Amino acid sequence: MYWRNGLCVVSAYVILESPMTTSPLASSGHRPADVAKSTLHRQPNLPRNRWNAVFTVLAGVFAAIVVLPLLLVLAYVVIKGGSSMSLKLLTDLPPAPGMTGGGIGNAILGTLIVSLIAALIAIPIGVGGGIYLAEYSKSGPFASFVRFGTNVLAGVPSIICGVFVYGLIVATRIFFDQSYSAMAGGIALAVLMLPTIIKTTDEGLKLVPQELRWGAIGVGASKFVTITRITLPTAMKPIATGIVLSIARAAGETAPLIFTALFSPFWPEGLFNPIASMSVLIYNFAIMPYDVQIALAWATSFVLVMMILIMNIFARYLGSLNRI
Amino acid sequence: MNTSMNPSSRPQSTNHNPETCLSLQNVSISYGNGKNVAVNNVFMEIPKGKVTAFIGPSGCGKSTVLRALNRMNDLIEGCGLKGRVLFDGQDLYDKRVDPVEVRRRIGMVFQKPNPFPKSIYENIAFGARINGYQGDMDELVESSLRKAALWDEAKDKLKESGFSLSGGQQQRLCIARTIAVEPEVILMDEPCSALDPISTLKIEETMHELKKTFTIVIVTHNMQQATRVSDLTGFFNVTDLVDYEGKVGCLEEFGETERIFNSPAQQATQDYVSGRFG
Repeated sequence: MYWRNGLCVVSAYVILESPMTTSPLASSGHRPADVAKSTLHRQPNLPRNRWNAVFTVLAGVFAAIVVLPLLLVLAYVVIKGGSSMSLKLLTDLPPAPGMTGGGIGNAILGTLIVSLIAALIAIPIGVGGGIYLAEYSKSGPFASFVRFGTNVLAGVPSIICGVFVYGLIVATRIFFDQSYSAMAGGIALAVLMLPTIIKTTDEGLKLVPQELRWGAIGVGASKFVTITRITLPTAMKPIATGIVLSIARAAGETAPLIFTALFSPFWPEGLFNPIASMSVLIYNFAIMPYDVQIALAWATSFVLVMMILIMNIFARYLGSLNRI
Repeated sequence: MNTSMNPSSRPQSTNHNPETCLSLQNVSISYGNGKNVAVNNVFMEIPKGKVTAFIGPSGCGKSTVLRALNRMNDLIEGCGLKGRVLFDGQDLYDKRVDPVEVRRRIGMVFQKPNPFPKSIYENIAFGARINGYQGDMDELVESSLRKAALWDEAKDKLKESGFSLSGGQQQRLCIARTIAVEPEVILMDEPCSALDPISTLKIEETMHELKKTFTIVIVTHNMQQATRVSDLTGFFNVTDLVDYEGKVGCLEEFGETERIFNSPAQQATQDYVSGRFG
């Protein structure tokens, strides 16, 4: 920290001093001649101290700007959507166009179902892949390829995942001749979640000290026992945190669901039928010419944001848990 | 039994001596798929029921040899071994040998205390459980902790995390964990290097107790420790090879501790044990 600070101050000093090479200050070496060598007190007017203050304030301002959008979004959503909160809203079906009242119960349930399907698919595959990368792969070309592929997949826009699953599952009607379905939506979200889970598992396992593995192997544990009983439980914290964060991210996705789960104004009718979800409900209702629907869209935004916020807080809580 | 043999003149017999626990026959170990030779042409007969110490300067391959004795080097990519390591007359590097089984018979204590992130009780029960121990687990935990001289300090907090112990206690927990598996040999890789003198003393006392039941092989940088705990000492040194760039470890001299420290046959050993060395 000290070193960085010093470097910053030195460069600032150079910038300030360079145009003043003819000034009497510069001729006396590194410091102004009138600053007596006798005092060790801090001189607030020294260029390095001034620049220090400037950069400290600047860094603070940028930090404030970073959190500003979050606060604004939260405040806006709370003001617009929080006011219409009620139990009915959470449990009722949305009204038909032109009608009043109603709620978003089916969309909340739908989001939970689709996220659950996605988690059930992505967690085993992602954790398994991460275990392979961290524990089994021997830094060969295949492991590098998987790692590279994971990074690319993490950067693939979510709408591409939607189109991919649309082409793979919806258009081919592969599940019981159904086209749009909760299952297809879950698979699309699972594809989005995979890279996060693989990476956090891989990195979480790499953080486990090598000595711990040796210890287990030294008392005669096989590789399987070492991983399942020692390594994986030790890395549970980062892995669980990564999983929760990836679910929170996937739960708010819209684009992949439009192509796959579509929407339904009714209660979920099964895993292989179209299903409502909060994000698609917002997308659909926010552009309708009815005030009731627009208000519902805001209320849904509020519920969705709160859900994701709670999941993030839960992830933080998981991260702070102390294992024995 | 003649334990003070000169490495170069040792016969390469494969006849199994019942007094011998581990027998190294012309063992060479290399890293990086054979590119870097760590240690060359080691001959050694480690007897049963004794404490054998490996001493020598850093980089002489003593830890590498120790890790070869229970196939721990298998975990290092590109590490290869030539020659034969016989345990009770069986070649440890035979293709049919299961390294997991080897490590159950030849346990290991590491340089840094590495308790599992579990309770003290579970730390000890873990190894026994995965080895299919059927008896009374409470009894085993107690007897293992007693043998490792940790029972009095730990008996009231068996349910607490292994990390709640001090460094020296953690290392004794690791020893107890190894004992609980009931191996025949315990390998110790500088077990006291991270500990203060008092903890070191406790662990040395533990070792004196343990050698009644187990064969112990210990790597140490501390020559006083070698004289205090060991019956036999192997001095490893680094040398130049004729057709090889860089230094290679070798076994300079092996014999009774008493003789190695008081009247060694090799000048290099004399220089090392008297502190006139690198």
